Amino acid sequence: MKAELIEVQNFLKRYPPFSTLPDDTLHWVADNIEVGYFKAGTQILEFGQEIDALHVVRSGAVEVFRRNGDLYNRMSEGGIFGEYGLLRNRQIRFPAKALEDSLIYFIPEPIFAELFESFESFADFVEIEDSARLRNAVSRHEQANQLMASEVKNLITRPPVCIEAQASVKDAAILMSAESISSLLIMQSPVSDTDYGLPKMVGIITDRDLRTRLVAKGLDYTTPVADIMSTDVITIESSQYVFEAMMTMLRYNLHHLPVVSYHRPVGVIAISDIIRYESRNSLYLVGSIFRQNSVEELSALLPEVKACFIRMVNEDANSRMIGSAMAVIGRSFKQRLLELGEAKLGPPPVPYCFLALGSMARDEQLIITDQDNAMILDNRFDPEIHDGYFKALAEFVCDGLAACGYTHCKGDIMATNSRWRQPLEVWEGYFKEWIDNPTPESLLNSSIFFDLDGVWGELKWATQLNQLIARRAKKSPLFLACMARNALNRTPPLGFFKDFVMEQDGRQNNTINMKRRGTAPLADLIRVHALAIGSQARNSFDRLRDILETDILPRGRGQDLRDALELIALVRIRHQALALEKGEEPNNNIAPEHLSDFERKNLKDAFQILSNAQKYLKFCYQSNR
Amino acid sequence: MLYLGKSNTSSSQREDTAVDWPQFYDDSALSAKDVRLKAFYSESLPHGKTPLERIDFVALDFETTGFDPKRNGILSIGLVPFTLRRIHCASAKYWVVRPRAQLDHASVAIHGITHSDVQSAPDFMRIVDHLLAALAGKVVVVHHRGIERPFLDAALRKRIHEGIAFPVIDTMELEARLHRAKPMNLMDKLLNKEPASIRLVDSRARYNLPYYQQHHALTDALATAELLLAQIAHRFSPDTPIDALWL
Repeated sequence: MKAELIEVQNFLKRYPPFSTLPDDTLHWVADNIEVGYFKAGTQILEFGQEIDALHVVRSGAVEVFRRNGDLYNRMSEGGIFGEYGLLRNRQIRFPAKALEDSLIYFIPEPIFAELFESFESFADFVEIEDSARLRNAVSRHEQANQLMASEVKNLITRPPVCIEAQASVKDAAILMSAESISSLLIMQSPVSDTDYGLPKMVGIITDRDLRTRLVAKGLDYTTPVADIMSTDVITIESSQYVFEAMMTMLRYNLHHLPVVSYHRPVGVIAISDIIRYESRNSLYLVGSIFRQNSVEELSALLPEVKACFIRMVNEDANSRMIGSAMAVIGRSFKQRLLELGEAKLGPPPVPYCFLALGSMARDEQLIITDQDNAMILDNRFDPEIHDGYFKALAEFVCDGLAACGYTHCKGDIMATNSRWRQPLEVWEGYFKEWIDNPTPESLLNSSIFFDLDGVWGELKWATQLNQLIARRAKKSPLFLACMARNALNRTPPLGFFKDFVMEQDGRQNNTINMKRRGTAPLADLIRVHALAIGSQARNSFDRLRDILETDILPRGRGQDLRDALELIALVRIRHQALALEKGEEPNNNIAPEHLSDFERKNLKDAFQILSNAQKYLKFCYQSNR
Repeated sequence: MLYLGKSNTSSSQREDTAVDWPQFYDDSALSAKDVRLKAFYSESLPHGKTPLERIDFVALDFETTGFDPKRNGILSIGLVPFTLRRIHCASAKYWVVRPRAQLDHASVAIHGITHSDVQSAPDFMRIVDHLLAALAGKVVVVHHRGIERPFLDAALRKRIHEGIAFPVIDTMELEARLHRAKPMNLMDKLLNKEPASIRLVDSRARYNLPYYQQHHALTDALATAELLLAQIAHRFSPDTPIDALWL
């Protein structure tokens, strides 16, 4: 007769990966466990030694080292080690030492192998590469989130209805009525070899165009559709997310969005398709922002912004969706404030462009954020005559944003600062100076300007600046070296130990700032690579995609960085949502006791990836001067 | 020289003289009448100077109906074999047996073994072969030697009219060596300090061993094995001869 080792079983049940195993399996594991005791300071595993069991810390604390003697991990009750050795030649790669008097449970190799084979959750947890485990964690999350992450092609109900550019508006109207549709794509026969004999989409007309551009203008019904169509059609790839389609439509105020695949139209989606699909979506908030008529009314929307954020987190949206939704909301506040400001102060004396900088420009905004913004003014700008207007407008917008929860930028990177309210040629001068004559000091506070997006007004000037950056930055090794050096100023911690954050040197802290120690250094690092390859993307995931197309990163590293960014960002987002739900003020600081075991383990992996990527960055852009 | 008392009281005197246990086993293998005991003693014990690192230990724990081996009986038996390197739970054993003595309510509250549990349990004689096989040739480890050895001896005397003896390492006695070796000093007495507790739970805590629920024979055997490993790691060495520890 054999009774279960209740104590062993109950202990295992409390910690992953054992917590995921069924009770009878745990019983079997407990029955076969071996136990050892190690006095503080004794070596538990030596490098190269053969290993025959998975080690679980039952009591005490254990330190695991890299081969070069660097601390790799420190673990307490429930921590596991030795899995790398078991999965790789059964030789110890990471020696281990008892930090305190420790009792260790050994799970013999045959038992370990059986668990590894039979239980995916167990295998995922002890997977040989940190990055593989992280990828599993991230992709499991993405699976859970299929509804939000549905692709645009799922919304297409029929092929697009098209008409030749030469056709009359009458024919177009007849066709639209016959097909009961509210938009038509305008196609042109192939003219050059580059069209590969295929017709090309040159425009779109909608019910509204027939009303405003034809009937209201009193044009003849024989007018060619080409005369009243909208050109420079904004489209979306069929493989993009429904969510992105929605963002595009909101951003450009479109009611119809052609869907393309390999440059050929495959359908048109209307706002009603999205409404049907995402009827619960909280982004109608954006619509309501544009209906508010004062700063007071706008600031009254703050609870809804928070609710929208919480809802997205609860709906398992990924960090990119949440980041871009919050950025669109922030952008809408700016746009509405600028509309209200112009209504109050009159039309601008010379054209201008209002810029978003930093996380908003990267579409990576969260719920608590500074406002970082600037203004590009027309080159005819004369401070004596015009600056009174733009100063007043900037103050109206920045104070308005502060009232809506976007606190004033502590570094004074706002359009209210005259230095950041300058004509285009001055801005071009700024960037040339930063890029051509860089020092780490001069770039310390200006990296934020390299994430820049036009929000209002002459958006083409923002594009021009982005093009200038993309052209120039990649040719200046010294600039890249300085940017790289600054990107290494903030490093990730090593991991967690008991209820502390453990630093690379073994020091312990009570909390971790997930932005300063995680998402920000990742964004910094990705920005340097993106600048080096002349990418004009601003979102970190988009930048990574561009980076992956080149060969500047070793194989697999780009993917790893993507997963690390997703995980760290999501942990940060989830903790902010939790704080909001509890009615607390959200911030970026997380105490380890509030992290789940799953988050702890995966965060450690993500930090490791970031740390390795920083070392690689340092190596890549070493300055020779 | 060697005298095996019939009564329990003489066993404490026996411990004061250093018993040559391997010799006793060899003699008993010849003199024992019961075949099971003959077989038990035939598995020779290691020599007294054998270093701890080469010893096969077995931690043993009984739950009983009371503390008097003559009047009370064994209820459950847990044992866990181990070496200095590792404790082997896969070879652990656990039995519930039906005592001839009365099971009273007070003891049920402690060990949780109920009347209905023992009703369906086998008599001690049905498992004794397996028990002796698991102990043979190994050094038995207990926490407080007043229970397992006397109760096993008494159970056999009642049933086959022949007793048993074997060396034990007593983890409680090892703690007492450390904490009760000299009387408390005056300062501690003035400060009204309690002497260190040598109960299993308290002893384990001193070595940073986890808390285990008590009074389950198998868990207590495991707890005792872990305690001995900790005691050896802190106070002895793998080279220490076994006769420095066994009694």
